[in-house]
Order: sequence, then C-alpha cells, then structure tokens
Amino acid sequence: MIADILKIVFDAIQQGVLYGLLAIGIYVAFRILNIPDLTTEGSFTMGLAVSAMCTYTGHPWLGIVLGIVGGFACGTVTGILQTSFEIHPILAGILTMSATYTINLLILGNSPSLQLLGKDTVFTYAREFLALFGFDSKDGSKMVVIAIVAIIVAAIAIWFFKTRLGLCVRAVGDNEAMVSASSINVKCVKIIAIALSNGCIALCGAVITQYQNYADINSGTGTLVVGLASVIIGETLIGKRGVTAGIISAVVGSVIYRLILAFAMRYMSFPASALKLVSAIIVALALAIPVIKKKAALMKQRMGGEKDA
Amino acid sequence: MLDVNNIRKVFAVGTPNENVALDDFSLHVDDGEFVTIVGSNGAGKSTLFNAVCGNFTIDRGSIELDGKDITYMPEHKRSKMIGRVFQDPMKGTAPNLTIAENVALAYSRTGLFPFGLALNRRDKAKFREALASFDMGLEDRMDTKVGLLSGGQRQVVTLLMCTFVTPKLLLLDEHTAALDPATSEKVMQITNDVVTKNKITTLMITHNLNSALHTGSKTIMMNSGKIVVDISGEERARMEIGDMLELYKKANNEALDNDRMLLS
Repeated sequence: MIADILKIVFDAIQQGVLYGLLAIGIYVAFRILNIPDLTTEGSFTMGLAVSAMCTYTGHPWLGIVLGIVGGFACGTVTGILQTSFEIHPILAGILTMSATYTINLLILGNSPSLQLLGKDTVFTYAREFLALFGFDSKDGSKMVVIAIVAIIVAAIAIWFFKTRLGLCVRAVGDNEAMVSASSINVKCVKIIAIALSNGCIALCGAVITQYQNYADINSGTGTLVVGLASVIIGETLIGKRGVTAGIISAVVGSVIYRLILAFAMRYMSFPASALKLVSAIIVALALAIPVIKKKAALMKQRMGGEKDA
Repeated sequence: MLDVNNIRKVFAVGTPNENVALDDFSLHVDDGEFVTIVGSNGAGKSTLFNAVCGNFTIDRGSIELDGKDITYMPEHKRSKMIGRVFQDPMKGTAPNLTIAENVALAYSRTGLFPFGLALNRRDKAKFREALASFDMGLEDRMDTKVGLLSGGQRQVVTLLMCTFVTPKLLLLDEHTAALDPATSEKVMQITNDVVTKNKITTLMITHNLNSALHTGSKTIMMNSGKIVVDISGEERARMEIGDMLELYKKANNEALDNDRMLLS
C-alpha cells in the first residue's frame, strides 16, 4: 500500500516537473505577456515530432535543440500574424496550431505515431553516464535529467525577466499603450516573447517524447488546459507575487496537478478516458474558487448586515 | 527645433462626420522654448501631439524635429526623441512594475544592451538620486508597485521617465488636469524645474489659463485646427486672464457662428 503510494507520488513528481516546462511557457504567454496564445498544442507537438524523428535517426541531443527551434518558429509565426497582420491573438494561435498539424505529420514521416523503443535517448545516455559513478537506476536517472532541465529553464526564465528586454516584455503585458509611446518596438517584443514561450513548450514536448519512447501526433491535444491548470493551481497556492515566484509556482502547480490527477485516477477509479474531463474540471474549479470565495464573503457580509439592522 | 509645416489631418473622410482636425497647421518652436497651448475641446491640440508623435500619418505637410524630417518615421523611433505625459495618470506607467522598474524601462531607451540586468546597483543609485530631487519621498518607495501610488505621484514618475534621458521635445498633454489643486501645483512646479534645468523644448496643453500665461515663453490658442492667437514677449506679459478669456470666447463664438450659418 505504502509502496504503491510512494510509486504514485514519485511518478507524479517526475511528470509534474517535466510538464513544468509547459507550465512556464504558458505562464509567460498568459500571465506575463497577457495574451491568450493557443499555439501551445501545435508547438508542443512540433517539439515532440522533431525530437522523435531525430532520436529515431540516432541524434537525441540534436532532437532537443531542433525541437526548441521548431517551437520558436511556431511562436514567431503566431507573433507575426498577431502584430504585423493584426489578426486576433486567439485566431492567430489557432491558425498556427492548425497549420502545424500538417507539418508535424510530415516530420513524423506521414505517420501518426513513431515508436522509439530501443533507441538511444538523452535518458539512456544519462543512465549510462550515471552508471559510471555507480548510480544505476532507470527512474533515478530520469529524475536527474528532468530536474536538471527544469532548473536550467527556470533559471534562464527568471534571469531573462530581470534583464532590460525581459522588463520590456513585462511592461508590454502590463500597459501596452505606455510601452508603444516609449520607444520600444512593441511588435518586436511581442514576437520575441511568444517565440520564447513556445520554445519552452516545444522543449517540453521534445523531452517528453524521449521520456516515453513514443511520439503521437495527437499528444498535444489538451496540453493548453494542463498548462493553464498548473499555472492557476500554482497561483492559488503561492499567490501572485511577481515573476520569479510566478515561474516557480508554475512548476510547483504542475507537480500538484499531477498528484491530484494520479490519486484521482488511482483511487477514485476513473477510466483513463476520463483524463481530459478530470483535467478540465480541475481547471474550472481552480478558476472558480477565488470568485466563489469573494461571493461567499459578500453574502456573509450581507447576512451579517441584516442582523445588525 | 520643431517645425510643423502646413499639416492637414481629416478624420472620417467621406462620411457625414468628416472632421478637419488640423487645417494647414504650421508651428515653429525654437530650441529650448516652452510653448503653452490653449483651446476648447476639439480644437486639435491633442491631434497635433498625436501627429508629432506619429500615432497616425498626416494627410499633407511635413514635420521636422531637430533638422530631421520625421513625417514618416514610425512611432517607436520618434519616441526616442520625444517624451510625452498624458492627462490620464494610468497611461504613462506600468502599474504592476515597481517605480524602479518603470524608470529602468525608460532608461533603456538610450540603447543599452538588452540582456543587461535592468536593475543593477549603479543604475538603481542613479534612479534614486533622480527621484530624490523631486522631494516627494518616492526614492524610499522604489520597490513599490506604481499601481499603488496616487495620481500625482504617478504623474511625477511619468515625468521623470520622460526626462531621465533628456528628450529633444517634451509634450505635456494636460498632465495636471486630473490632479487636485495642490498636487497640480506641485507637479507644475516640478515640471518647470525639470524643463528649465535641462533646457528642454516643451509644448504644454492646458485648460488652466493662469498656468498657460505664466509658464513658458509663448502661448498659442487653437481653434478648429488652426492657430487663432499667438502671443509672446511684452504682449504676453501684459495679458491678463480676463483678456485671454475674451479671446477664448471670441474664437469659440466665431466657430459657433460658422456652424449656424452652415446649418440654417
């Protein structure tokens, strides 16, 4: 029983930190830049497909790098559609997402999925490397890789938003009119920020495909909801306290989300097909709780007031 | 310094609401001159500022700043040279960024390395010194989010952001109109100090005839996209608020008469 729970917790943490990259990407677009960017599902699959194909041909490291580049490309396209062609942000994201489906299918060799079992991945490399030091554990080495990637990405993101360019991105999300009147090229800043956000999301996809030794063209479906759920859960727990805390809370939120999900699926015996419904309910609840709290407080005040009167 | 040559801007062309906002408007401002602009609502004052800043392209004419033709220069490039403070204190600052971050944002327009830390110790000391010069205690609240400041404090921060790197031209668009009388006076005094100290070429729109006559060196009155009164020197020094009000009414009545003639 206890071993069972520990296993669930360990897996959930592993997946949570891994999907934390996705959450960071979503946080940058939705919270810092304040743009509802729906490119996510496209750029996630883009990273996944590129990484899978490179791994298949024996270049897992190249796969990670090119996966990120693919994500940048998706984000840049969405950014240009939004700024230079003034297409509504939501529509711009949907257009890119839709277009990438075809491209991703091409990358995967016109097949909807790709098996990577038995291929070298960054995880098998890491296991071999760690075995040299006498640490030979499949799950342990996976955790080490995931943790290192997450820490590097989070550190870069935290540093970036303290630089002058990062400050511009935050200002664009906060008061766009003011930034455009202050000699900063708003279009350029937006494109850079959306590209970075999607690069981060694609990196998540690129690592995940090597983690699960499998690529599927539909893996991206639902990632937006998962990422948003993580961001919101993180904010509910840690609160909105600035960018550094926000980035960390996105990763923490992602872990909590995986834990909730794992226990819900395990002990409330939901079938695997209920995953998306459960995810959506968690997001809706997390979003609704602050409003419900506010209304409840108001109700309480009114009731109290009537008693006084 | 600033040369506005015969510019024309018509809004809603070809509709019944067609509106000539700037009608062959010309204005020359000397280097270091402080010009105040008065005029009724819809006279074209803000449109003039928008044209100079490049919020839209003008239909005809040209604008030169410091000898350079900026008529078709994109907005963000012009704003390297132009500082602008709006009437709405919410417009000039980012509310969720701290005071120091807002000033750092304005400071980075000097073309500093984009990947440098925005709030390094040396820059922060500079910001602190500049804030302290306003004597409003803002230097001790540098890590406060700007959204928590009062309107007057926000306008002062905006003013600092516009002048921290001395601009070639400063445009003040009724920047004290939303403030209470005491704060308004304080902000006006800070404005005067900053402009005089750095010898900034300034245009200020105001509805306060008193500050229009007693700040700067020249006053112009606009009506229907044209300059109707242009006074400076002796004439301006002798002018009283009452006289100004007369001119104001006259300009407005003429406009009304014209409309009546058209409509009857």
